[in-house]
Amino acid sequence: MKKKLVVIGNGMAGARVVEEILSRTPDQFEIVMFGAEPYGNYNRILLSNVLNQTQDPTEVMMNPFSWYKENHITLHLGVKAFKIDRTKKVVLGKPLSPEAVPYLHDEKFATQEEMVVPYDYVIIATGSRPFVPPIEGWGQAGTFLFRTLDDCHSIAQYSQKCHKAVVIGGGLLGLEAARGLLTHQLEVTVVEAAAGLMANQLDQESAQILKRTMEAMGIRVLTSMKTSKIISNENKISALGFSDGTSIETDMVVVSAGIRPITEVAQASGLNVNKGIVCDDQMRTSDFDIFSLGECVEHRGKLYGLVEPIWEQARVLADIVTGVAPQAVYMGSKTGTKLKVMGVELASMGEKDTDRIEDEVLVYRDPNRGIYKKLIVRDNKIHGAILLGDTEFADTLMQLFMREEAVPQNRSELLFGFVSGAALVKASDLPDHAQICNCNGVSKKQIMHAITENNCSSVAAVGGKTKAGKGCGSCRGMIAQLIEDCLGKVSYDASEHYYVTGVPLEKSQLVREIQTRGLKSVSRVFEILAQGKEDADSKAGLASLLKTIWPGEYEDERDARFINDRVHANIQKDGTFSVVPRIYGGVTTPDELMRIAQAAVKYKVKMVKITGGQRIDLLGVKKEVLPLIWKDLGMPSGHAYTKAFRTCKSCVGTDFCRYGVGDSIDLAQAIEYRFQGIESPHKMKLATAGCPRNCSEAYVKDIGAVAIEGGSWEIYIGGAAGSTVRKGDLLCTVKTQEEVLAMIGRFIQYYREHAKYLERTYGFVERIGIDILRNILVKDSLGICNQLDERIAQAVAAYKDPWKEADIPAYSGQFEGPRLIEVLREAENNG
Amino acid sequence: MKKRFVNIGPIDRIPLGQGISFLIDGEEIAVFRSRGGEIFAIENRCPHRQGPLSEGIIGGGKVICPLHGHKFDLATGQGGEKHECVRVFKVWKDEDQIFMEWPTAKIKPQEKDCAMVGL
Ligand SMILES: Cc1cc2nc3c(=O)[nH]c(=O)nc-3n(C[C@H](O)[C@H](O)[C@H](O)COP(=O)(O)OP(=O)(O)OC[C@H]3O[C@@H](n4cnc5c(N)ncnc54)[C@H](O)[C@@H]3O)c2cc1C
Ligand code: SF4
Ligand code: FES
Repeated sequence: MKKKLVVIGNGMAGARVVEEILSRTPDQFEIVMFGAEPYGNYNRILLSNVLNQTQDPTEVMMNPFSWYKENHITLHLGVKAFKIDRTKKVVLGKPLSPEAVPYLHDEKFATQEEMVVPYDYVIIATGSRPFVPPIEGWGQAGTFLFRTLDDCHSIAQYSQKCHKAVVIGGGLLGLEAARGLLTHQLEVTVVEAAAGLMANQLDQESAQILKRTMEAMGIRVLTSMKTSKIISNENKISALGFSDGTSIETDMVVVSAGIRPITEVAQASGLNVNKGIVCDDQMRTSDFDIFSLGECVEHRGKLYGLVEPIWEQARVLADIVTGVAPQAVYMGSKTGTKLKVMGVELASMGEKDTDRIEDEVLVYRDPNRGIYKKLIVRDNKIHGAILLGDTEFADTLMQLFMREEAVPQNRSELLFGFVSGAALVKASDLPDHAQICNCNGVSKKQIMHAITENNCSSVAAVGGKTKAGKGCGSCRGMIAQLIEDCLGKVSYDASEHYYVTGVPLEKSQLVREIQTRGLKSVSRVFEILAQGKEDADSKAGLASLLKTIWPGEYEDERDARFINDRVHANIQKDGTFSVVPRIYGGVTTPDELMRIAQAAVKYKVKMVKITGGQRIDLLGVKKEVLPLIWKDLGMPSGHAYTKAFRTCKSCVGTDFCRYGVGDSIDLAQAIEYRFQGIESPHKMKLATAGCPRNCSEAYVKDIGAVAIEGGSWEIYIGGAAGSTVRKGDLLCTVKTQEEVLAMIGRFIQYYREHAKYLERTYGFVERIGIDILRNILVKDSLGICNQLDERIAQAVAAYKDPWKEADIPAYSGQFEGPRLIEVLREAENNG
Repeated sequence: MKKRFVNIGPIDRIPLGQGISFLIDGEEIAVFRSRGGEIFAIENRCPHRQGPLSEGIIGGGKVICPLHGHKFDLATGQGGEKHECVRVFKVWKDEDQIFMEWPTAKIKPQEKDCAMVGL
């Protein structure tokens, strides 16, 4: 029988150690995980990017729910373990109530019912919680911590009502938070109790320079100030008071003043706890069957607040618990950090000062450019370094520092690079197990595998495969070196992350640029965001995106559209077109059928075909005939030619079927009337079924609504029955037709805004994960449902039947076929 | 040697950033007008499966065939696939009219050689 392994904490350490275990022995354990947060594991260090809006929350997910499923891991989501009963060998947990803050001590539980999970081994990876210094008035509305995805959402949401914000704490996270708040159009002040910023990493001089850099960015910095209270006025924060009696105005307060290990479970279970959970060199706690790792751990008297040590701990722990390498030991980590604040280059490692006279201290200053580099060399090795304003050689120094290598005799090479011509650290010389990406713990071996086995020839491609380079980014130079050594050159693979190849921005960044700069046409986007370089491959994708961003306002340049969208018909292999009129819900009339038949005869269409979407397709129509046939038909466009809402198929439902429990026809028609012509990253085919017998195949549609007993509707999303077959995931169950329309609209809008161009819903739903979508769209976890509803309503209101262009063409020559031209004249060749 | 010319008509006959097709001596020719104001003429049928290139999206000096997305350089006719290419014709503007040079010999697609195209 498999041994039972229970992991408490589903954060960066918990998920990582499970990955390490599975990579050694995939079938050894039956794994159960407790995660207090309502998400799969995400990359916490990228929260700074989420807050400053350069990354979408969905992009920072590391282990989506599908990962747990694939690896047969039972994940108790939103459940907090509170005790390990070591005599009965069970872990006890309770589900948190939805409004509980997962890392707080005085948690609210949803029920008092206990969950009991037996174990053979336990791993505690509970991480840490933000520390809050005693401040009067703390806890009221408008006070925030910065630790989780939910914190980011709450901060972003609340900041909409604010003009001023204060961040208490001028450390690494405080500064990242401050920079993030700046992007929310706030006046930001950072308050630090110590004499300088980032007191753990910087000496006095560099702290001064950093302060000036931050101020130049528009962030006010107050040092040597102790906060004593938050002052409010009519239940709203109005100011922050200091111990010296002064105060400053503010509307909100974010505290980032350090972290403390979460040790309650260990304490409640009688394990040895000092500042953190005490572990030996094999990551064992005082109980032989209980291990621990991550920020909650105290090892050889040291606590760590960075991910790098976690990767090392995870490897050792996995070696031990699987028995693969019983001699493995963890001996502590050397750490360095990099500030991830846009516009500030700062890296530091080891000690910031020294008082030993035999140490060499090298300092380079260029105050004019805000550059300060300091290096402490002890016994010919790097003992500490600060690089501010220029971090070009940070990754090299970091490698020398971590591996305790001797430094070159010519010390200036350390600060300015390779004077002697040879690189200090050649990536190719590093051993296979050397860690290249410290943020995501990726070794040289994994990167080489991606390059040689998966044909990754760009830094982005390697990142896509291994996650290397996707944290602070300081290892990207090393990755490029490895690619170059292997393949001769580094290619620049834009397509992987850019929304379109011709504009070097990811979708969320592109959308922001388009919005803030008010770019409403494809040619303007090229002009402003691509140095005027037009790119044929990018035009259609940009056109579709612009139409989504600016419903009704978008400046429609027809040359940016694919031919189908220029003439509203589907081009066929012989260059003729197919015409599919809209037949709402698949219900037509004898009169419509007669008009279709007459038009087919009159224009000699080559074939009349009933489509899979319950409509009629007239095939083999010449371009010049399109406007004529549309007029004769007198029916609106069925949009069978474009990336948009296509049809909503329905079964006969309650009107005639003896099983029907919901009026599927009426709903299908309402859906088609509402969403006809809504463009999207790829086509959307819908269906409604009057009961779960599912005659209209609603389970395998992009969106399907299925009536269930009691007259409710189940809404499924992400189904597919094309080259990929997938049953849709249940998004929610609602009571009325109006609610179905509202939910469908909300999902469509979210898909329009967040899917990559040409990504079908099945790929999108799988990529984001149904649980996250449910949180966002049903529980409104991001607080954006109202906005989504509003924006889809705008898009609906902007609908125009494109076939009306039969009367007034959008441009001259729109429906012209080849023009006959005579050869004009003959002349002597004089050239 | 004598050369023949064709008057294609006023420039604004071609929608900005798009192409249109002409039938000349039984041959289909696609003429494009880029947003930057350049004019290009190439044979209209894609060597892959005869897709009408005049209906393709253009940009950055390339046209994308609407049927399967093969690409061709508008100035040289060279396709994205090495062995694929289309014939290009010399076009110019005189006042607001577009003229094109028309070869005296018939185009025989099977004799085409990629390296020769455009000369
Ligand atoms: C904004 C920000 C930026 C950062 N930037 C960097 C950086 O640039 N570089 C760097 O190296 N590090 C950075 N860090 C630190 C890094 O994120 C942490 O070191 C790392 O996340 C710690 O991992 P962990 O698994 O120990 O803890 P966590 O990631 O916090 O995971 C612990 C999880 O366990 C859950 N949990 C706690 N108790 C229980 C319980 N009883 N039952 C069930 N679940 C429980 C918690 O809710 C949490 O989800 C940053 C942190 C933040 C917040
Ligand atoms: S899905 Fe149910 S209601 Fe609709 S036709 Fe089939 S059996 Fe009847
Ligand atoms: S016909 Fe042009 S790409 Fe196939």
